[in-house]
Amino acid sequence: MTSAERYVTAAYLVVLAVVLAYLVIYAFKLSRLEREVGELAELARRKRDAPPEPEPEPKREEVAG
Amino acid sequence: MSTSLRNSRAVALAAAAAGLLLLGISLAFYWVPDAPIEGFRQRIFYIHVPIALTAYACFFWAAWKALRLLWTRDERYDLESYTAVHMGVIFGILTLVTGSIWARTSWGVWWTWSERQLVLFLVLFLFYSAYFMLRFSVEPGPRRARMSAVYALFGVVLIPVSFLAIRLAEGLIHPVVFDRDVGENLAGSQLLTFVICLAGTLALAGSLYLNELTGKRLDARLSELREALS
Repeated sequence: MTSAERYVTAAYLVVLAVVLAYLVIYAFKLSRLEREVGELAELARRKRDAPPEPEPEPKREEVAG
Repeated sequence: MSTSLRNSRAVALAAAAAGLLLLGISLAFYWVPDAPIEGFRQRIFYIHVPIALTAYACFFWAAWKALRLLWTRDERYDLESYTAVHMGVIFGILTLVTGSIWARTSWGVWWTWSERQLVLFLVLFLFYSAYFMLRFSVEPGPRRARMSAVYALFGVVLIPVSFLAIRLAEGLIHPVVFDRDVGENLAGSQLLTFVICLAGTLALAGSLYLNELTGKRLDARLSELREALS
């Protein structure tokens, strides 16, 4: 392989490497989003299953006189 | 645009990018003849120049979205402009790296400060890199969106300067291909290969842009949902 061939190959491989690195970073991001969706779904489920909070008693109006 | 339509566009663009780049690179290596002076190393041209033009296109897209934001005050354009800058910076890094490799094999140096084209592209790249510092130093909200939009619009002014510098400069060593004599500078096979590679890199950028935008929107909606549930 000549020097020119090595440099040309390196240029193309750099582009490929950056695109692949981007894909890896994006895969990490997707797995984080998936985890967060799971946490939020769990939170929503707990809220749904929790017993309803007792409604505050209405204030009695004092009758004047 | 609905999420499913955006996703199907991203898939179509990704498939187009894969096909076009595979075809373009194959043509560059096995079909295009060696350039008279540059020889085999001229093949870097088919990846370096399309990537540089794609970086410019991303910055133009970011400026267009920034203008739409300032015009309509619709905050969805903020995320679109930010994502386009993000893509432009990635393609900017690739332009600098592939250009540096070409410089090393062609001129014997990795970088030269005497070339206005190179220095102006570096200035443009650093300008857009600073966009992130500005963006993350301000609290999210309409103020940040407006500041980021104004910054992205200022940056686009540098693009014609960077693009024209090569034509205005004297004592060039950076090759000029796209001038009035483009027909003489490039053979038909070279021009066709270049166009295919350019279409491939633009499709790649479009696909990455749509995927990144979907991810960022999902992130923002999850934050809203978390606030609503807590």
